[in-house]
Amino acid sequence: MTLRDVINKLLGRQPASANTAKERLQLVLAHDRSDLNPELLQQMRREILEVVSRYVEIDIEEGDVTLETEDRVTALVANLPIRRAKLPAPSPEASLETKVGS
Amino acid sequence: MAAASTRYILICSGKGGVGKTTLTANLGIALAKQGARTAVLDADFGLRNLDLLLGLENRIVYTAQEVLSESCRLEQALVKHKQEPNLALLPAGNPRMLEWLTPDDMQKIAAMLGEHFDYVLIDAPAGIEGGFKNAMAAAREAIVVTTPEVSAVRDADRVIGLLNSEGVKPIQLVLNRVRPKMMANQEMLAVSDVTDILALPLLGLVLEDEQVIVSTNRGEPLTLNGNGSPAAHAYTNVARRLQGEDVPLIDPSKERQGLRAKIGRLMQTKIF
Repeated sequence: MTLRDVINKLLGRQPASANTAKERLQLVLAHDRSDLNPELLQQMRREILEVVSRYVEIDIEEGDVTLETEDRVTALVANLPIRRAKLPAPSPEASLETKVGS
Repeated sequence: MAAASTRYILICSGKGGVGKTTLTANLGIALAKQGARTAVLDADFGLRNLDLLLGLENRIVYTAQEVLSESCRLEQALVKHKQEPNLALLPAGNPRMLEWLTPDDMQKIAAMLGEHFDYVLIDAPAGIEGGFKNAMAAAREAIVVTTPEVSAVRDADRVIGLLNSEGVKPIQLVLNRVRPKMMANQEMLAVSDVTDILALPLLGLVLEDEQVIVSTNRGEPLTLNGNGSPAAHAYTNVARRLQGEDVPLIDPSKERQGLRAKIGRLMQTKIF
């Protein structure tokens, strides 16, 4: 934060726009470069969370899957806080066998 | 003559109106003044303007179209600049050329120019469609022009993606229409913001300069008469860097002197 930002905040003014421009650009370029539209990204995000939550209990509210870009390389970054590992669930075959056996 | 050492440079931006044609005209004159035999090729067939900025619009007899259809020789179509005979323009033909022109045609024209010139500067059209792809086919390296505005930077990024996928390199950046005061107030993207986002080396930094409009009114590029305006200086330096000279870039924050500028710099310091 710069001195100007502090003064702007104290006076209740809008912060300088250059930083807003940079952040908006970085976001839009990450999408442009990966050629993923927002719906596709949303769908991928849901599916990733679904897969991961089969193995560990994750904090869905805190979890985030985003595109980040640096030096013209775009990366998919998943930040998924784990509450705890799930106990291995009985496999479908195992439960079937139990049924047959009983 | 020395076709192997000829440099074929595409001047492009994606977005229109950021200063491609102005850069092409000024760079052409500056290189010619420095002794390099330079051809400028107007590849914007739809909306040609390079002739107008160079003040050569009344001297066009033939264009790239007649050269390609072999109804004239290359030498007949080239328009030599009166004051700067090292510079010649190959004018764009009729907009209807867009219907049949191919990347091969552009390569053919560029190769013909390469036999007579050290530099072939190709003024690309705005956009990323067919016309741009034709122009790109004629180039080996590129200069991307942009301004510190979100739309111009975004479009530049698209163009850089296309240049990368075609193997055009090096790609260098010219940042145009920089306003030091707005940058100091953090109301304009900083130079480092743009170079970081686009990940390109900076070949030149041109300050916003009213003289550019005056020069286009007259059809005399600023680099022609060296009137000492900031933009003229910047364009000349771009040419010198292209030639391999090590010329330091200006620092926009140092362009402003006095107490106000000092306070401005103080306000920019990070405190936490």
